[in-house]
Amino acid sequence: MTRKKRRLYFVILGLLAVGAAAALVLSALRQDIVFFFSPTEIMEAKVPTEGRRIRLGGLVEQGSVVKDGATVRFKVTDGANALPVVYEGLLPDLFREGQGVVTEGRMGQGVFVASEVLAKHDENYMPKEVAESLKKSGHWQGEHPEQVQK
Amino acid sequence: MDNLSAFFAMGGYAGYVWPTYILAVVVMAVLLIASVRSAHANERDLEAAQSLRPSRRRRNNPSAASAEPGAEEVPQA
Amino acid sequence: MHRFANPARFLRIAAIIQPWAMAVAALSFAAGLWFSLFASPADYQQGETVRIMYIHVPSAWMGMFCYTAMAVFSAMGLIWKHPLADLMARATAPVGAAFTFICLVTGSLWGKPMWGTWWVWDARLTSMLILFFLYLGYMALADAFDDPERGQKAAGILALVGVVNVPVIKWSVDWWNTLHQPASVVKMGGPAIDATMMVPLILMAVAFKAYWILVLIFRTRSEIAGAKLRTLRMAQVHAAGQAE
Repeated sequence: MTRKKRRLYFVILGLLAVGAAAALVLSALRQDIVFFFSPTEIMEAKVPTEGRRIRLGGLVEQGSVVKDGATVRFKVTDGANALPVVYEGLLPDLFREGQGVVTEGRMGQGVFVASEVLAKHDENYMPKEVAESLKKSGHWQGEHPEQVQK
Repeated sequence: MDNLSAFFAMGGYAGYVWPTYILAVVVMAVLLIASVRSAHANERDLEAAQSLRPSRRRRNNPSAASAEPGAEEVPQA
Repeated sequence: MHRFANPARFLRIAAIIQPWAMAVAALSFAAGLWFSLFASPADYQQGETVRIMYIHVPSAWMGMFCYTAMAVFSAMGLIWKHPLADLMARATAPVGAAFTFICLVTGSLWGKPMWGTWWVWDARLTSMLILFFLYLGYMALADAFDDPERGQKAAGILALVGVVNVPVIKWSVDWWNTLHQPASVVKMGGPAIDATMMVPLILMAVAFKAYWILVLIFRTRSEIAGAKLRTLRMAQVHAAGQAE
């Protein structure tokens, strides 16, 4: 074996070892890397919620947003379950019914008390006219056709 | 004029959109200018150093480093 | 002298490519700016902030592309002791670092109005920040040794180890739930971006690639001249030492 070949195998072996190590570490940390939990995971007590700050993520349920002064109440749904949320403060510009949302806070009595609300948008980008005509012609590909309003 | 001010307002997001473009242009310009300058400086230094040095075929001249650049450039007949 | 045989060829090819790279970079950047600021529509959800995408997304692509190129050059340098490959890896690092920096800052500028936060520690943002630190580490390590060859070797190994981060960045939004949205352009079933918005995105991506080629040429030219200068000065010191 020439020295060049030996170095080549060494580099390939090294890359495989580093890749395998990274894959093991990342899959071991899978739970910790998760940014938020779904309403179902929290309601079925799959995650410890007792007195801990956690993040709840999902879609803002249609027609669930109620504003009362600075207080906002809405429901976060993952399709299967919906969890009521109460929040006091400013909402991001992208916060709207049918859109994704990630809230951070604590579980109260059946209500998630959020101290922070972040909007999560989807991967679709298009002008308003296209979105409207897609919706009209029934070719809307998005998961949540109701999110196009106006 | 209304069109122009609407354009600069970016639908109320001027404070986010414009810094994005300014940052990209400034960072790219700085890196490009620095790279061009360093290439030119190094190539100039190299040329100067090469003109100071006697050609390899000639026997080593101990005074080469201190000689005037022109002295080494005499073409061989 | 054989050590500089390849750099000589590089300089010849670079002299041909340089004006083309300059023209492509300037033209596509100008056209890209025109389309991204004037001739493209606002997004149906995000309004005018979608224009941040035309800088942010191509920068993110460049951050990952430059790192991959740097790792490939480093592997060639380590395995085949190709001196030019090492120089090109060194020349690519600051370009990748610059685009990763642009990506991180513009992402912040986009996140604040749309998500409601400048920064979150989700998998996509964190892995991108790690990429930035890998670039900084590579550049620091390459210059950390008195013997440039040893520094190059150490930096090359870091570049190869860090390349595992690139697929992690790409698929972080699929492997874990994140605040960052999933991929829009490179995904199964075709891009989820309207054609009118793809135009500035592609133009900017082309401009940034041409810009990388241009900077790569200048920085490699600088490295080649610098390396020749070092050996020349070493030979002079050596000759002066013998003469005394």
